[in-house]
Amino acid sequence: MTELKAEVGTLSFRNPLLLASGIWGESGRSLLGAYEAGAGGVVSKSIGAEPRAGYPNPTVEQYGQWGFLNAMGLPNPGIAAYPEEIRIARQGGAPVVGSIFAPTAEGFAELATAMEPTGVCAIELNLSCPHAKGLGSEIGQDPALVAEVTKAVRKATKLPVWVKLTPNVADIALLAEAAERAGADAITAINTVRGLAIDPILRRPVLANGLGGLSGPAIKPIGLACVWQIFERVKIPIVGVGGIRSGRDVLEYILAGARAVQLGTAVATDTVRVFSRISAELEKELSSLGTTSLSELVGAAHAGRDQA
Amino acid sequence: MNASPWDSGLREVCTVVAREQETPSTVTLRFEYSKEAHPGQFVMVWLPGDDELPMSLSYTGREKGVTVKAMGDTSRRILSAGPGTKIGIRGPYGNRFDLSPQHILVVGGGSGTAVLAPAAEEAHGQGAEVTFALGATTAREMLFADRLRPVAKAVHLATDDGSAGHHGYVTAVADRLISEGGFDAVWTCGPEVMMRKVLAAGERASVPVFGSVERQMKCSLGLCDACALGPYHVCIDGPVFPGHVLRGLEEFGRSKRDPSGRLVPV
Ligand SMILES: Cc1cc2nc3c(=O)[nH]c(=O)nc-3n(C[C@H](O)[C@H](O)[C@H](O)COP(=O)(O)O)c2cc1C
Ligand code: FES
Repeated sequence: MTELKAEVGTLSFRNPLLLASGIWGESGRSLLGAYEAGAGGVVSKSIGAEPRAGYPNPTVEQYGQWGFLNAMGLPNPGIAAYPEEIRIARQGGAPVVGSIFAPTAEGFAELATAMEPTGVCAIELNLSCPHAKGLGSEIGQDPALVAEVTKAVRKATKLPVWVKLTPNVADIALLAEAAERAGADAITAINTVRGLAIDPILRRPVLANGLGGLSGPAIKPIGLACVWQIFERVKIPIVGVGGIRSGRDVLEYILAGARAVQLGTAVATDTVRVFSRISAELEKELSSLGTTSLSELVGAAHAGRDQA
Repeated sequence: MNASPWDSGLREVCTVVAREQETPSTVTLRFEYSKEAHPGQFVMVWLPGDDELPMSLSYTGREKGVTVKAMGDTSRRILSAGPGTKIGIRGPYGNRFDLSPQHILVVGGGSGTAVLAPAAEEAHGQGAEVTFALGATTAREMLFADRLRPVAKAVHLATDDGSAGHHGYVTAVADRLISEGGFDAVWTCGPEVMMRKVLAAGERASVPVFGSVERQMKCSLGLCDACALGPYHVCIDGPVFPGHVLRGLEEFGRSKRDPSGRLVPV
């Protein structure tokens, strides 16, 4: 029997396929739906201190068969209303990672404190959000801010802290190192890749926010490269995200260094049945490689490169 | 089986070819949009520089159309688009009405009739017998009664003020028609309290009811969860749901999610 169980630090998931933050994450019933469809666990929508409506539409634009651009504007029900949604997902047995965002380190710490008693198994920090003092740049682009936020949350909670990084930087591993030094338990990589859609007839950007973030098949090689670089520079576990649609994609992320992965866009393009399909594909991939365990493959491509 | 969002997601810029004031509060916009669409489905309509809203198709042929009541400022601005205005369209999204029943009762409340009209026309074209129960606040607000007469076995009207047809709710008319029997399906769209009553009447008479549901949409692709309704996503699992599904949903007729994702009363 192949073993799809995945371990991220002290946490264990029934399989390595987690639902990514922001997909099916506003309602607890939807989170549970992803778990019932075969996800190993689910990450909540990124939750802030107050309810936020997000940007006006258009918030999503399709990029051919390659992916979607989105600029949702972090809509979320706020930390006061959200525990009820987590309760619904937990009641159905789903392991929930609570994603949070704030403009300051103190804000992150307060949200982590509020998240802890809701029954989440870990906290994920969405650092792709503007800093209170920042000039349009995101917290996740500055190693000092990443360290400050991670340290504050580390102090505020006993739960494992996952730091989710943006690929929109020169050297993502530098930010992973900053997070590791500040006490992060895992790195999640990557968030969406900055992108833009312009309509030539209208001569204007399509998304209401102008710039957006690209997700889906187009960003798989970018995500893989990020996981690869992070694996070479930090020891803490990595959760790979970006463009995963098949068991083969998951295998590639694991060989690059991920211990688990998250799926976002594929839930829309391939329907939520993507979780059970990929699980089946992954079992086949493993047996054709003559191995029964995922964990022995984590980062194995790095050794392969040294020998080559 | 729903098509993959890859199929319908590409946005097209279309030109409004006609704008029709159907009733004092309801407007139809017609535009050329070549993608195949089926009655029940919806498109995302974008007024460039402004918002984008989901709208059910009231015309599903080559020259498509949406017929909408201006509910807020955004829909009012979109609906003010005159001929020549460029609008962005993507879709069609969502499922469709099953057109196989042969004796159909259509129960429309207000602008809810918009999505039912093309379904009724197409079913009639395939040989079905269609009876209508249409409701409005007042006679001038009655939508599509004239459009639908040519395909109708009968058209029953109801108005809140008694200015046309039955004086009172259309649900009273629907109740009587359903209990008299002879229908193998009931299609309904309108305020959710109205639809709940139609569902109950259908259940009493053991006639399957199908209701078209409205929720806010952002992605309309099954990604963002804005349209979550119980375990369903209206954009991909709906907008048409069987009555027994709707009756089992705590939220239907009671609550919906606001743009932040909080549950608020409908
Ligand atoms: C519509 C949408 C909303 C998202 N919202 C969030 C969010 O709230 N927090 C977050 O950390 N990432 C968010 N993401 C990023 C995803 O979690 C993921 O990192 C990214 O989409 C890449 O994975 P994919 O290619 O599998 O979609 C969002 C992505 C999409 C497409
Ligand atoms: S509108 Fe985004 S999931 Fe339905």
